[in-house]
Formats: sequence, structure tokens, C-alpha cells
Amino acid sequence: MALKQTPSQTVGPFFAYGLTPEQYGYDLTSVADGMVRDDSTAGTHIRIEGRVLDGQGEVVSDAMIEIWQADAQGRYAHPDDPRGSNADFTGLGRQGTGTDPQSRFRFDTVKPGSAAEGSAPHISLIVFARGLPSHAYTRIYFADEAAANATDPVLSQVPAERRETLIASRTDESGVPTYCFDIHLQGNSETVFFDV
Amino acid sequence: MTSTPFRPRDWSSHPSFVDPRADGYRSSALRGPTKPLVPIRQSISELTGPVYGHDSVGELDGDLTRNGRRNGEPLGERIVVTGRVLDENGRPQPNTLIEVWQANAAGRYIHKVDQHDAPIDPNFFGGGRCVTDGEGRYRFHSIKPGAYPWGNHPNAWRPNHIHFSLFGPAFATRLVTQMYFPGDPLLALDPIFSGIPEAARERLVADFSIDVTEQDFALGYVFDIVLRGRDTTPMED
Ligand SMILES: [Fe+2]
Repeated sequence: MALKQTPSQTVGPFFAYGLTPEQYGYDLTSVADGMVRDDSTAGTHIRIEGRVLDGQGEVVSDAMIEIWQADAQGRYAHPDDPRGSNADFTGLGRQGTGTDPQSRFRFDTVKPGSAAEGSAPHISLIVFARGLPSHAYTRIYFADEAAANATDPVLSQVPAERRETLIASRTDESGVPTYCFDIHLQGNSETVFFDV
Repeated sequence: MTSTPFRPRDWSSHPSFVDPRADGYRSSALRGPTKPLVPIRQSISELTGPVYGHDSVGELDGDLTRNGRRNGEPLGERIVVTGRVLDENGRPQPNTLIEVWQANAAGRYIHKVDQHDAPIDPNFFGGGRCVTDGEGRYRFHSIKPGAYPWGNHPNAWRPNHIHFSLFGPAFATRLVTQMYFPGDPLLALDPIFSGIPEAARERLVADFSIDVTEQDFALGYVFDIVLRGRDTTPMED
């Protein structure tokens, strides 16, 4: 190993105009936002919604969430996935928590397929925030995939009593299947974060 | 699947989630995870990531001295920042998207929640991006950012810095960091900078370079970035 990793630093409180400019109304195009699919993207259209909460249960309004996911057939838009994904689906989403009145992040996307044999459908997620010196990795799993979740190799490495923190609950109130995924940075219900 | 996993995040290089020092980075106290990270074997979900290329950035995206102009030139010292993005194995990382954002020369961000009583520069936006070339090299022009006060402790000031965001080849190589300037007396007083393990701190301080400096135009700084590299033993499946 010839070189040492460059240290991480917090994203700070002022990332919005650089990383999520369109969402916050700045005059720069965004490389990714909360609209991960378009109207014609194949698969089940879903919404992911959630909040980031600190150790006292207060909502964090200056966090940034990134998601990375496979398409509805479980394929990633990347050359190392030899199956080749939907050309129109990149699978990357990025949202700040500072524009919603309740400090929620929201992604409109498609439900990912299983990316590998035995792997339950899931979305990879990174939390960045002011006050978070290094970013934190987690995964979103889906409450309506109980059978697949039961045999998922990553979930099975998580202590059983903490698995619930990775499973997004589903409501259909808004007409589109909506999965709620609150992220607890600390506390009794601290979300499981991975050493990826 | 041919992907080789990446070496782990080197926690002797990165700041811990919760700053343990009494006079440290205060807002980490309630925000950093406190339970141990759960180790997982990298799967295709971590070994892939968004793909970028030279068509991912617009013509002015890499020139912050021009991309915010309204009626004139931005104020301050013009700088050019360049360097290479490499992995731990010393391999150049091509086609890596780098996003940057920073304060103006007076230490003021254009961000709506920045309350610092220093002037906005109508001709400076402070955000931009570039993509590394085939040798991992990037380059952008900007204005040297000013220091600014913040509320961490009495008379706290952030050293001059530019925020950097990089993807690298996979979701596992994601990095958000800050580049600092050599000789800044505020570095020794900054809990965000000194939250990095001591041996790793200097990696975030750019070098001044007269060779990179552009005659009659901009002072040159070199900042190389090292992302996680692939392990040498391939995955068994
Ligand atoms: Fe900053």
C-alpha cells in the first residue's frame, strides 16, 4: 500500500449551493436530486421519505442524504455490473433536509430488484451532516419483503434486535407506495451503520 | 462479477464520529453514531457507483472566477488548484467527479443561512465542479476563500478552506473533505482540522507551487487526494 487515505471532513452547514443547488434554489445544475426515476422508468414507482434525528431526538435540518440503488431488475448502472441496467436509470439520488418544513428527505424512485442471489432488495445510503466529521453508511430494506429480508446476508450480520432500524415501513396513503425511513444518528434506536 | 473489494476505511486517517475532546468539535456530540459499525462484506451495491465523464460538467463549472459573474470580476486573490486523485495503490483515478464549494474572499458564503456580517460578492458564486482526466488530474480556478467565524467556542474562526466532494469509482470510495492553505495560523486552533488524527492532518494542506502559478493571473496550489484502493487479493466468488 503506497499511499495513505485522504482524511474525511464534515460537509458543514453550507453545502446546499454546491451539492444540492436546484433543490435549494441556487443557480447551478444539480448532478443528482430527489427525482431518481422519470415517468417512464420501468418498475414499481415508489417514494422514500424520512428524517434524520440527533441523540436528543431533534430533527437535523442540515444533513444531506445520498442513495445508490439497482434498477427494478436488480441491475446497477455501472460497468462492473455485466447485466447492463436501464439506460435511463442512474440509481443515484441526493437530497438535503433543509427545504421541507418537517426537515424530511424525499426520493421518488423505483423499487430495486434483488441485485444478487439471496440478496433482499435494498438501497445503499450515506448520511452527511454538519457535526458529522466522517460520513456514515447504511441500507434501506423494505418491510413488504419479509421473506427476502429473512435470508439477506447483510441483514443476518446485524444483531436481531437492531435489524428493525434498517427496515422502511410502508404506507399507501398518498397513492404511491411510500416507505418511511427515519435515521437515528444516536440513542436507543440508533440506526445500524456499516463499516463498508 | 470481477470486482475486487476495497481496503477498509482507515480510521487512523479519518476523524471519529464523536469528537472525544472537551474543547473539540461540539456539534458532533449529538450527531455522531456511538454504537460500533457493523462490518459487512462489500457486495455489488458498494463496489459500484455513479459513472461520470467529461460531459458531466459544463464549460464554466471549473472556473469559479467566471461562473458567478454579473457585472464584473469577483474580488480577491485568484487561485488555480490542481492535483491528482489516486488510490492507496498509487493508481490514478480517472473520470472522478469533484464538486467544490467555498466562501468568498471576505469569508462569506452565498448560502442563505450564512449570517456572518461580511459582504456578499455579487460576482462570486463559490460552487463548481470538474472531472479528473485519464491520469487522475483535475484543475479549477477560483478566488482564495476568506476565514470566517463560527459558534463552536468563543472567538472561533475557520481557517481558509475549500470543501471537496468526490465519488471515485464506487459508492465505497465516496469522500467529502476540505482543502486548507499552507501557513494558516488558524489551523492549529481549528477543532474540525485537529479532529483528524495528527499524523494525517497535513494531507489536507495544499502546497503552494510557483510552477502551477499562472503569470499575471493566479496563484497555484497543488492538492493530491487519495481514495480507498482495491485490496490485492481478489474476492472468492
Ligand atoms: Fe466551510
